[in-house]
Amino acid sequence: MPDTIPKGLIFDIRRYSVHDGPGIRTTVFFKGCPLRCSWCHNPEGILPEEQLITRTRSIDGRKRFFKETVGEWWSPAEVFDIVLKDRVFYEESGGGVTFSGGEPLMQPEFLNKMLLLCKKEGVHTAIDTSGHAPAHVFARAAKNTGMLLYDLKTTDNTIHKSFTGRSNDLTLKNLRSIDKTGPAVIIRIPVIPGFNSGFDGMSDLCRFLTRLKAKLKRVDLLPWHGMGYEKYRNLGMTPPTSQGNAVDNEHLDGLLELFAKSGFNVKKGG
Amino acid sequence: MTERVKQLRKHSIGAVNRLDHERALLVTEFYRDHVDKDDPVPVQRALCLKYILANKELWFDKGELIVGERGPAPKATSTYPEINLHSPEDLDILNSRPKVSFKVDGETRRIYGDVVIPFWQGNTNRDKLMAQMTAEWKRAYNAGVFTEFQEQRAPGHTVLGRKPWEKGMNDLIRECRNALKAYEREGATLFREEIGQIRAMEIAAGAITDYAGRYAAMLEKLAESEADGLLREELLMLAAICRRVPANAPQTFHEALQHYWFIHLGVITELNPWDSFNPGRLDQHLIPFFEKGEEDGTLNEAIAKELLQCLWIKFNNHPAPPKMGVTAEESSTYTDFALINLGGVKEDGSDGVNRMTGIILDVIREMRLLQPGSMIQVSKKNPDILIHRALDIIRSGFGQPSIFNTDAIIQELLRQGKSIEDARNGGASGCVEAGAFGTEAYILTGYFNLVKILELALNNGFDRRTQTQAGPETGDPRKFGSFEELLDAFAAQLDYFANLKIEGNRKIEKLFCNNLPAPFLSLLTDDCISKGKDYNCGGARYNTSYIQGVGLGSITDCLTALRFHVYDRQTISMSKMLAALEADFKDHENLWEELLFTTPKYGNDDDYADKHATQVFNIFFGAVDGKPCYRGGKHHINLLPTTCHIYFGRVTGAMPDGRKSGAPLSEGISPVQGADTKGPTAVLKSASKIDHIKTGGTLLNQKFTPSFFDDSESYEKLTALVRSWFRLDGHHIQFNVVSADTLREAQKNPAEYRDLIVRVAGYSDYFNDLGEDLQNEIILRTEQGQ
Repeated sequence: MPDTIPKGLIFDIRRYSVHDGPGIRTTVFFKGCPLRCSWCHNPEGILPEEQLITRTRSIDGRKRFFKETVGEWWSPAEVFDIVLKDRVFYEESGGGVTFSGGEPLMQPEFLNKMLLLCKKEGVHTAIDTSGHAPAHVFARAAKNTGMLLYDLKTTDNTIHKSFTGRSNDLTLKNLRSIDKTGPAVIIRIPVIPGFNSGFDGMSDLCRFLTRLKAKLKRVDLLPWHGMGYEKYRNLGMTPPTSQGNAVDNEHLDGLLELFAKSGFNVKKGG
Repeated sequence: MTERVKQLRKHSIGAVNRLDHERALLVTEFYRDHVDKDDPVPVQRALCLKYILANKELWFDKGELIVGERGPAPKATSTYPEINLHSPEDLDILNSRPKVSFKVDGETRRIYGDVVIPFWQGNTNRDKLMAQMTAEWKRAYNAGVFTEFQEQRAPGHTVLGRKPWEKGMNDLIRECRNALKAYEREGATLFREEIGQIRAMEIAAGAITDYAGRYAAMLEKLAESEADGLLREELLMLAAICRRVPANAPQTFHEALQHYWFIHLGVITELNPWDSFNPGRLDQHLIPFFEKGEEDGTLNEAIAKELLQCLWIKFNNHPAPPKMGVTAEESSTYTDFALINLGGVKEDGSDGVNRMTGIILDVIREMRLLQPGSMIQVSKKNPDILIHRALDIIRSGFGQPSIFNTDAIIQELLRQGKSIEDARNGGASGCVEAGAFGTEAYILTGYFNLVKILELALNNGFDRRTQTQAGPETGDPRKFGSFEELLDAFAAQLDYFANLKIEGNRKIEKLFCNNLPAPFLSLLTDDCISKGKDYNCGGARYNTSYIQGVGLGSITDCLTALRFHVYDRQTISMSKMLAALEADFKDHENLWEELLFTTPKYGNDDDYADKHATQVFNIFFGAVDGKPCYRGGKHHINLLPTTCHIYFGRVTGAMPDGRKSGAPLSEGISPVQGADTKGPTAVLKSASKIDHIKTGGTLLNQKFTPSFFDDSESYEKLTALVRSWFRLDGHHIQFNVVSADTLREAQKNPAEYRDLIVRVAGYSDYFNDLGEDLQNEIILRTEQGQ
């Protein structure tokens, strides 16, 4: 019954991805995200629809502009074919596939199908998520994945709302719901000056993490470098207005120490 | 690094590369005044070597622990007029060319003009070689279908096995005498050739011992006048070593290195074999001497390192002999491709990594010299730490060591008929070429321009550049009804040129066998002594002739484009394509853009494109592999270009992959510059679709920015990448760490760097896709990281 097979809206599949979980991975980028983070460096992942992007190619020193569609509907089997191409690399490195986005949990049926296909073939899976999804959607995905790369920004709901457009209720609740029997979790915290980089907020986050029951493998602090906003413009989208400064190295070292002191395996980047 | 090594290194780096007439003059004197024409040719050659070594100037730099130079001083580079002769114009070009120049002084010019040129003109091996080549061969050669390695250098590519580390010249002379007696018993007239050959080897062994004796005498004399007691003692110690080796088997670490260096000098003075000469599995050869020294308290790591560093300086003092003629303008490297092999497996198949491996890697890291080159052999039995240590050096942007797959090399050698032990004792030399060390004469015969051959197939065998019918008439491609017909025409052209090349190779090998035997090199190579046969005549246990295919990425993209546009989608007619190629895409800009940007390309793990790589590989393999060479062995294929993809590109017109006339071809088995956009695993998957085991070596380069090397986790991932590539039977990989300058270049010419991935912040992206401000930031970061 081919009609019932859910298709996924994917905007990129990137091989030799080495910063999205253990080992060498293929990252599948889902298109569509419920959040509107003001620092987002993947604006093509935001809208759950096909979009035209302006790209340039340089030929003989002249720039040529052309339009390309961002986002394409893929069947699980089609995506899985690409995933399997790098199997030997996953096996040698302890890698696998990472579903990222956008927000993979916004396409739960397609995601679940992918997770089951991978499970059957013994391919390790990770989901890079903000956790902003209904509890039952989250629970099913957590049950079928090997790992969660859990993006956590702040425990302060007001701040969260103002910088992402959404409440952090679901994010915090879903994370608390995972226990020792669940998947391994890597917490990823973007460190954004003017939003969550202060010591107080980070101390709150740290305390929140100490109370979790999940298998926390590591905490990654991802310093914000100040992104270019070309991508927004090329997509015909308005770039966020707040364009803060890059994180100061000394300050970041202080934050790393803060998490380390609380007993976390903390790492810069990731 | 000790003060001594610092000084010597400074001298070596500071020495000016120059062309020196000493060897040319001595060889001329020998053949003019001393040769006995009644002697067998090998004996003449051995006596010529003896004459050079007995009369050449000796060089000693204060502080040296390893002595001996081929020329009268470091980087004073010898020439070989019996092989090829530099004209006064060549000397001018070498002297004045902006890159890789060799200075030529007035005296050398005078001696060349008065003595060397008049004696050798018209009578060099190159003259004889060219005279024997057919008109068809010359047409193909001039069109740029293939090059000829032996045109300017002797067959070589030789790597030392274990024997010479365990034996002195006196032992080899005894072996020669025993073999001689056996042949004489069988009948002196019947085995005249063998007897002459063995006598020559014996003379050559004596020649190098005498040369060492001259050094000993000089050092003893220097010691006499040395006021400083410590220095005097050191000079006397060096003299004593030169009295012992290479006459006797080395007993100490120091003796072993000096022993090797005398042997190295003997080989590269006798002739100018391709890819100089190479000690091979240095960690294997040296470990017994190291352990013994440590045990008896005469050696520790620091001393061993200093001695090795002194040897490294010797390698660096010896640039590759400069070319003549057209190639004098093109040749662009001083390196003579001595490739130190580390790691791999022992003869019994067990892990070969030992303490010497790490010490030598330290030496490579500290020395940072152009020569010698280095590589690690990685077998599934070797620990990951071997790769990690190599990555430590690679990340500094040094380009060394490269990484080889021992398990693939062994399979390659077994397929060619070597014993398992000889295969395990082997490795790679030159750029990437597999060989059984100490037992094989594996000779590279020339590069083979796969893309040019397709160009000829597209022009019914006619070469537009030289305006000659260079290949057979395989039909007008406009009349081909299918892609298969086109492929058949390509295969017919390739077959024709492969046969032409192989026929030429056989004549050239015979020429060297008859006129330029190498008795000294033969002494060192099994089983030349017992067979009474020269290295250049099939005396080695194994004999191989390689033809090196160039441009796999380019040819694959060309065929893919033709299939995609002309046959499958039928959006471009063959006539239109040919017209665009002839116009070098002028006024065909839309077609050009389509060919460059919207056509499947090799290097992206796309079977549609990659199957053409396999097809070309199989055609090339079928045309060459197994065809007999003159020396009793067989022809096999390699896929490597060194820098020939640039020359081959220059002689090849515009092609359907969108490459413009004269632009470089792809190198090795790497994709066309910038054609791969799916990352390194896709490149490796594409490149694994050809059967590496059926080659004698393939070359793959992969670019990374330093950020991919920045912590232990990235080391683990790169190591896994290597292990995976080797599981896919990949032969070789070299990581090139991209510098900030390269990134600036990429900013200017984005089309050529579409494959360049950089780490941005917790994620990676294509450099091309980044905005200019971010690109600038990454350039800054890269600069700081290096």
